[in-house]
Amino acid sequence: MSRALFLMLLFLPTLANAADFGVDAKDYDGPAWSPYLVGGLIGVLSWLTFYFADKTIGASSFYATLAGFIGKWVAPRHTKSLDYYEKNPPAVDWGFIFVIFTILGALIAAWTGGEFRNEWLHPMWVDRFGEDSMLLRGILGFAGGLLMAFGARLAGGCTSGHGISGTLQLNAGSWLTVICMFIAGIATAMLIYTIL
Amino acid sequence: MIDPGKAVKESSKPTSDGPSGKMMLTAAVFGLAFGFLLQKGGVAKYNVLIGQLLLQDFTVVKIMVSAIIVGMAGIFTLNHFAKVNLHIKPTRIGAQTIGGLLFGAGFALIAYCPGTGAAALGQGSWDVLFGFAGLMAGSYLFAEMSGWLKKTVETWGEKGKLTLPDILHIPRLPFAYAMCVLLTIGLIFLQRYYPR
Repeated sequence: MSRALFLMLLFLPTLANAADFGVDAKDYDGPAWSPYLVGGLIGVLSWLTFYFADKTIGASSFYATLAGFIGKWVAPRHTKSLDYYEKNPPAVDWGFIFVIFTILGALIAAWTGGEFRNEWLHPMWVDRFGEDSMLLRGILGFAGGLLMAFGARLAGGCTSGHGISGTLQLNAGSWLTVICMFIAGIATAMLIYTIL
Repeated sequence: MIDPGKAVKESSKPTSDGPSGKMMLTAAVFGLAFGFLLQKGGVAKYNVLIGQLLLQDFTVVKIMVSAIIVGMAGIFTLNHFAKVNLHIKPTRIGAQTIGGLLFGAGFALIAYCPGTGAAALGQGSWDVLFGFAGLMAGSYLFAEMSGWLKKTVETWGEKGKLTLPDILHIPRLPFAYAMCVLLTIGLIFLQRYYPR
């Protein structure tokens, strides 16, 4: 399966070079730190979460918990009867606190690095889709979030839970999931940047 | 901290989500570090994420693969000496193929994933809030359908807890080290052709 990933990485760039998406992501701010340093430190962080907490890094269940809280408030009996919430009753658990502090950690990194953005539309989006594209951003953003959460729950994790924590444990299903994520992600992104 | 003597070598053990103070402290500290690293790695930025899917900017893959290499080497070594438990999620070919593809399409529409979306919020990229609404809606939609999905899609190609070395009948530790070497070679080539 990793061989398939390598082949994909070799072939698809040729496609990308041929295509013109009207904008180049590299013309805008990149990472503040080396991606290898950041990735390596996330790897070390995974040792620590395994050793000290017996937990894996993951993010997507946070949103299911949030939705569960709202569901329990609006329609308590119905929400409790759903198979998923029966097995995963919404609670302020380890994963929930982890993601709350992920938001805070990014805030600290952005402030200290002078990168706090306070913006609704990223300059690259504006250059490609125009100033008056808030509605398009909202529709794509909402639809994207919906598909992503549904897909993550069905697959049992997201780009963190499967993409990092699962793959690093050589979990067969995680490699399958992450390869599918990138195939659909690359195809959809190229389609949007070609037809819209 | 878990008792190393009780660490299970073969598979994960059930964990409790009881809100003990010490566990919640680890969630806060590790979450903070994760968000900080994601922001410093640039993967809370719209252009870096969509740039990966358009194959213009390879920061995301560089971070993920570095995290996998460092994480894998450490986790399998620690597990070999019974210091940590593995947390292998079940492999479900049908659910993970469909879920991964849906996730990827959604990821391309919003250009933030569940973890980097949390970091984007901390960084003040407010467009992620559309995605938050979608993520909650998608999670609840999944919960609505979870009873039916469990009986259908999730049973297609159900393989249980399965790792790549299990499939190939190779001992886990040497397989993990070999995989680290392969992925490192892959990164060296990637860096040569795609400096960013």
